[in-house]
Order: sequence, then C-alpha cells, then structure tokens
Amino acid sequence: MTITEQKQLEDLLARLEGLRRIFIVGCGNCATVCQTGGEVEIEEMRKHLEEAGKEIVGSAIPDSTCETLLTKRELRRHHDAVAKTDAFLVLACGSGAQALASVVDQPVIPGCNTLFIGVTPRAGQHYEWCSACTECVIDEYGGICPITRCPKGQVHGPCGGTDNGKCEVDAEQDCVWTLILQRAEKAPGLWEKVAQRRVAPKDYSRLRRPRQRVYEPRRAGLSASDHAKG
Amino acid sequence: MGMREALQSGRFIVTAEVAPPKGIHFEHVLEEADMVRGRVTGINVTDLQSAVTRASSLGLCIRLLEAGHHPILQMVCRDRNRLSLQSELLTAAAFGVTDVLALTGDYVTLGDDKSAMPVFDLDSVQLIEAAKTLEAGHDLAGNELEGAPPSFCMGCVVNPGVEPLGPQIMKLRKKIDAGAEFIQTQAVYDPARFEYFMEQAGDLGVPVLAGIVVLKSAGMAKFMNKNVAGVTVPSALIERMQNTQDKKQETTQITIELIDALRPMCQGVHIMPLGWMHVVPPVLDALGL
Repeated sequence: MTITEQKQLEDLLARLEGLRRIFIVGCGNCATVCQTGGEVEIEEMRKHLEEAGKEIVGSAIPDSTCETLLTKRELRRHHDAVAKTDAFLVLACGSGAQALASVVDQPVIPGCNTLFIGVTPRAGQHYEWCSACTECVIDEYGGICPITRCPKGQVHGPCGGTDNGKCEVDAEQDCVWTLILQRAEKAPGLWEKVAQRRVAPKDYSRLRRPRQRVYEPRRAGLSASDHAKG
Repeated sequence: MGMREALQSGRFIVTAEVAPPKGIHFEHVLEEADMVRGRVTGINVTDLQSAVTRASSLGLCIRLLEAGHHPILQMVCRDRNRLSLQSELLTAAAFGVTDVLALTGDYVTLGDDKSAMPVFDLDSVQLIEAAKTLEAGHDLAGNELEGAPPSFCMGCVVNPGVEPLGPQIMKLRKKIDAGAEFIQTQAVYDPARFEYFMEQAGDLGVPVLAGIVVLKSAGMAKFMNKNVAGVTVPSALIERMQNTQDKKQETTQITIELIDALRPMCQGVHIMPLGWMHVVPPVLDALGL
C-alpha cells in the first residue's frame, strides 16, 4: 500500500490561493486506510476549506484513484460540479493525483505527501519494508529486506553503528541485522547461508526513472474490486 | 615502508590518525603529523568523518605524502557511487597513495548537513572488492584499464564492543575474504572486552590493530558512552580524568596502560588522538615503540 500523510492546512491554503471553487477527490484504497483521503477526511477537509472561504462544489472517492479509468468514470458521475470547479484538491498519493491530472483540465493540488510503500501490522501503523528495488531477494535473509530496513542498505552484515540490536540512525529502530539473526535462530541453516552470501553491487539500471511495466492485460482497465461488483 | 611490508615484518605496528580541516588550511594538520614523523607506520586520514563536510581525505593524503609521511586513505561509502569511488582509488594510486581503509561511513543525519543524499551504492565489502578488481586491470563493470593496473593494501574496520557481536564478525570475515589485509578497530577502553572479541573472532588470518581513542576528558568519555555505538569507557577511567590535576599527564598515562594491556592480544594499535597528537610521542616512548 502507498502510505501518505496530509499536508499541513496552512500549506494547502497557500497552494489554493486564488482558487475559490474546489472539488475534493479522495481514494477508496490506500488513502482511506491511511486516514488521509477517506470519507471522514474529505468531510473534515470540506469544513476546513469552507471556513477558509472556499466553496466546495463536490467531492468523489474513486475506488482506486491511481487507476485512471476508474477515476475518470467516477468524475463523469459528477459532471456538473466538475465543470464549474476552479481546481481539484486530491487527498491521495502522487500517483492518484497525477492520474486525476491526466484526465482533467483544471489545476490539481496535491493534498497529501506520498511517503513510502508500507506494511500495516495494525491500524495506524505503517512501516517501510519494501523500496521497490526491482529484484526481490528477501528469501536470502529470512524474509527480511536489509536493502530497505537498514538506512545504509547493508547487504553483507551490519555496520559498526549498531549496538544492543538498535540502529545508530534511530535508537528506537531495530537493526535489521539483529532481526535477521533472531529470525535465523528459528530457521536452521539460515545464518550459515547469510554468512556465506556475497552480493555483487546492485544493478541500478532497472531503477531508471520513470519506471514502467506495460503488458497485455487479461482484463481491461478495471480493478479486481470493480469486477467483483460486476 | 608501506602497510603491507610492515604487517609482514611481524613487528608491533602503530598507526595514527589526522582529520582534514573544514576549510583550506592544512598547516596545522601537517604539524600534527610531524609530531609522529618516523614513529608510526602510517597516518590515517579520515573521510568526512561524522558525516561532516570537510576537505577531502585524498587531498590531505597527497600533502602528507609530499611532506614525507605515509598516509592511509580512509574511504567511506556514504558520499559517492561506484564510479566516483573507483575514480578516487585510481587517482590515489596515481599519486602513490595505495594504503586504503574501507568503511561504511556514519549516516548523513548524524552530520552537519542532514539534508544531503546518502549514497551507499557499494558497501565496505564491495569497496574492497572494487580495489581488487582494479588491481586485476578492469573496473567493476568489466571495462579494461589503460596501462599497468594499480596495487593497493586494503584495510577494514570492526566494532569489537557492540552486541550482538556475531553479525559484526560475520561481516568482518567477508571483508577479509574480499581482500582486506589489516583491521583497525573502533575505540577500545576495556581490555577484557577486547579479549572477548578476539576469542569470538577466532583466527582471522590478518593483523588486528586495536583502536585507541585518546581520552581527553571525563566529559568526552561520558559523551562517547552515550552516543558512540559499542564504546564503553569504564567508570574508573572517567573518575581518573575527573580527579586529575594534570589532564595531559593522566591522558598519557591511561593511553600507555591501555596499549600495554592490549599489546599481547593484537598485532598493533591504531591511535586516534582527535587533535592531541602531542600525547602520542610520550606514549610511544614509555612503551618502547
């Protein structure tokens, strides 16, 4: 899931300066889970913006705002409001905001900062365990990614800044190499494998931006949840 | 004599350390180096230590070499990608700086410009590998070098004081496998802890130089105990620094005792005086080094 945080209201109002009629777009997927762009947050934002003298001409929560066709279809249902808005405020990730920007003509103001791809062990907790490095090797480390979960991406073992299982960068944060060691205590043979593993410098050519994946889809342009609804 | 010859000689080795200035005036550091002229095998030059922007390690290494000293180039992986690291190795060798210490590097946010981009394209194991690859006449991508290849004596570091120790030793062994020929450790203040480390490490096959950070004050000791991973200054040493009337004398005496206690367990010491190079000659005199 893409983890987001809402921008500070002050920052948002500065970005919205000169724009009076606003259409708010949330996201029924990640931003709803992150409590940055679900129904509740859109209502809160509506109140804040109205207090600041804005007119909220409408709002929408596409199932998944980064899926351009879903977003476009959702906006069609709000045709009249969309026609008269000065700008869109998007409470979703940067992919959602750009997907929207690609199908409307008015300015699109991002209401959130996009932080990382996250796991969510429980509500209100998001952690970065994957950095989309293009070549997954977690099986080599007991299901734990040292590339992402170490600030220095140390793949051969810990740096000298770790102590008592914690990280030099953040004393609250576990050293990923201590996590791997603890995992190995439950996984016979893992530590021996880790100790022998030598890794060539990473091939960054696949991380050339902007990355893309284009293929012939089995289903056309709609999300799985959309199909389930028929 | 370079590090390799000194290491092979089997005698007890002493290295020292200086830091490039945050500025362009090297005179003071060159004076520090002169205090140990002829007394040490090599002088490490730190590479933007503590992630603080400074003049470069290689720049000062070249100045030291010109002044007749033997520099050991420290290289961290934090600030440069593999192209730049290999370039630095080649440039160093071209100037005759061929003893190199590979380190990971403190994280950027520990330094004085927290907004900088951390690189870590290679890690310290791969940096040693990169040097070995250049020695074989090509770069990491397999492209051939022009002319005769460089030759390096690569060193590496370990922090003997951290827990858990197992992963530290595991990585240390990978550095040695990659081609490291000597080890300089993080600061040691507790000989018993160092002995434990050496036991756990077993036969490493390369010389270990125990790290000695000259203890300048009780305040510094407390700071390190709180902020430097794996470094524990025993309370007895802190009390001695607190109670002394003559700080320089006490610092010298503590350093002498520490090296004397560590001497039977290692092949040398790496003294990091943090600007107090003047205590090093009396320490070496007292120890007959």
